[in-house]
Amino acid sequence: MKPFAYVRPERTEEAIDRFAAQPGARFLAGGTNLVDLMKLGVAGPPLLIDINGLPLDAVEETAAGGLHIGATARNSDVAAHPLVRVRYPALSQALLAGASPQLRNAATTGGNLLQRTRCPYFQDASKPCNKRAPGSGCPAREGVHRDLAVLGHSAHCVATHPSDMAVALAALDAEVRLRGPAGERTVPVAEFHRLPGDRPDRDTVIEDGELITGVTLPAPPSGARGAYRKARDRASYAFALASVAAVLTVEDGRIGHAALAFGGLAHKPWRAHAAEEVLRGAPATAETYRRAADAELAAAEPLRDNGFKVPLARNLAVSVLHDLASRTDTTG
Amino acid sequence: MEPVDRTAPAGETPEGAPEAVSTLTLRVNGTARTLTVDNRTTLLDALRDHLDLTGSKKGCDHGQCGACTVLLDGRRVNSCLLLAVVCAGASVTTVEGLSDGDRLHPVQEAFVARDALQCGYCTPGQICSAVALLHEAADGQPSYVTPPERSPDGPVSLTPEEIRERMSGNICRCGAYPNIVDAIEEAAR
Ligand SMILES: Cc1cc2nc3c(=O)[nH]c(=O)nc-3n(C[C@H](O)[C@H](O)[C@H](O)COP(=O)(O)OP(=O)(O)OC[C@H]3O[C@@H](n4cnc5c(N)ncnc54)[C@H](O)[C@@H]3O)c2cc1C
Ligand code: SF4
Ligand code: FES
Ligand code: FES
Repeated sequence: MKPFAYVRPERTEEAIDRFAAQPGARFLAGGTNLVDLMKLGVAGPPLLIDINGLPLDAVEETAAGGLHIGATARNSDVAAHPLVRVRYPALSQALLAGASPQLRNAATTGGNLLQRTRCPYFQDASKPCNKRAPGSGCPAREGVHRDLAVLGHSAHCVATHPSDMAVALAALDAEVRLRGPAGERTVPVAEFHRLPGDRPDRDTVIEDGELITGVTLPAPPSGARGAYRKARDRASYAFALASVAAVLTVEDGRIGHAALAFGGLAHKPWRAHAAEEVLRGAPATAETYRRAADAELAAAEPLRDNGFKVPLARNLAVSVLHDLASRTDTTG
Repeated sequence: MEPVDRTAPAGETPEGAPEAVSTLTLRVNGTARTLTVDNRTTLLDALRDHLDLTGSKKGCDHGQCGACTVLLDGRRVNSCLLLAVVCAGASVTTVEGLSDGDRLHPVQEAFVARDALQCGYCTPGQICSAVALLHEAADGQPSYVTPPERSPDGPVSLTPEEIRERMSGNICRCGAYPNIVDAIEEAAR
């Protein structure tokens, strides 16, 4: 690991100023991804700005009936928060599906959004990788890519974004709050992560020196139910091969609000707009769910070894939608 | 050791920025300990190499196995992914700090009674993790297998399924899992 200086500011402005004054600096939250990547020689910041002393860990209701989750709120605390469990069960379940209790006690909202891909070539500093070393190539495309993308990948990168939490946030229409030297801005979670295109080095639209201050969720649609389901290689403590977050309302046997997002399939949480189009106003039947999932996954372009993800994601979506609909029909 | 001995070689610290070493105080198993460490030092290495507390084990050093689990201000964490400097001012409990004098912690007792280990390498992490698990469940914190319909109040009852999910961050190479689950069930009673 490269030597680095360490500071722990107490004010948000100070953290942003410190970053601006030191090229290559990094914010440190739970450290569960950054420290790991520093050990691997994938990251080597000259300065770590510890943001755990900033007043950014609150989870509180907004005036609009939604919820604001501070950037340094721990994944475990957010998952266990009564308002999250009752109003945003998909978020609670997604957080609980991720990592381990120990890791979730350290991991934060901001750090979780900004965690890097688990592509084995990205994590091995001795290998080429366009994401880590732009222009060096993408060995995953012809190499080990069973866990990688089937949607939205490019010739330059086929990585997936590993976060479970972000998938639920995308389905919940959450927004990321950012603050940098140029001021504050807000970006929908579903537009925060990028597709790789020819710039796979950029995971998200965050600018260097911008700090995530938190995430804001709108009030859930009335009568909505949500869930998160994850398929992985072992029963627990593994990244998603495919996952689904869904929020649904059903009235008189017809679907009203429908939000669906896939994880483990792309470089970003994949908000399934084509599937939602099919779902809205349609009868709440297995036939509808299958048509919806197929409409979305028609765009899939599996690689040599990850074609299994397409039917896996389809079946996950159908089963989650079926379970939610059978629990939400307000006539039932 | 004098702090100056551990200063990074000249030129490696960015100009005008703070130094690459830090002095911090941790409360470890009830005793305040002040140490000067290279900023790169993890909590695990600080415990093992600076404070001579070798109960916490280094399995993978990447957050994947749980052998390094300790309690930081009462919460279980992987000490291999936490920098020691970040823990300044915090209380750390390691497996060495769980017993009350010669009286083992009930979780330790249960591990012995149920023969919940083979080589023992993962055991300190398993035990620290289990101690925290009992608090989390008593506090009503859910896991991925807790029925979502359940009201957020009241303790979660520790079925074997709950224990397995909640212990999934602790890998045992010897496969002592069945007895580990038994031991935790016993300690939960
Ligand atoms: C063994 C293992 C298994 C895992 N399994 C899963 C899993 O199944 N599902 C899953 O979703 N995740 C999983 N994770 C990943 C884990 O969720 C992330 O490491 C964690 O969420 C990162 O949060 P952190 O606070 O520790 O981030 P850090 O490591 O502190 O930071 C990560 C990045 O974000 C930046 N950053 C942090 N906070 C901010 C901020 N507020 N503003 C701007 N930049 C910021 C940092 O500079 C760094 O670049 C796993 C990790 C490990 C080690
Ligand atoms: S898939 Fe992306 S992260 Fe993986 S090797 Fe290719 S460029 Fe690197
Ligand atoms: S040594 Fe820390 S998790 Fe393996
Ligand atoms: S007892 Fe040997 S690793 Fe668990």
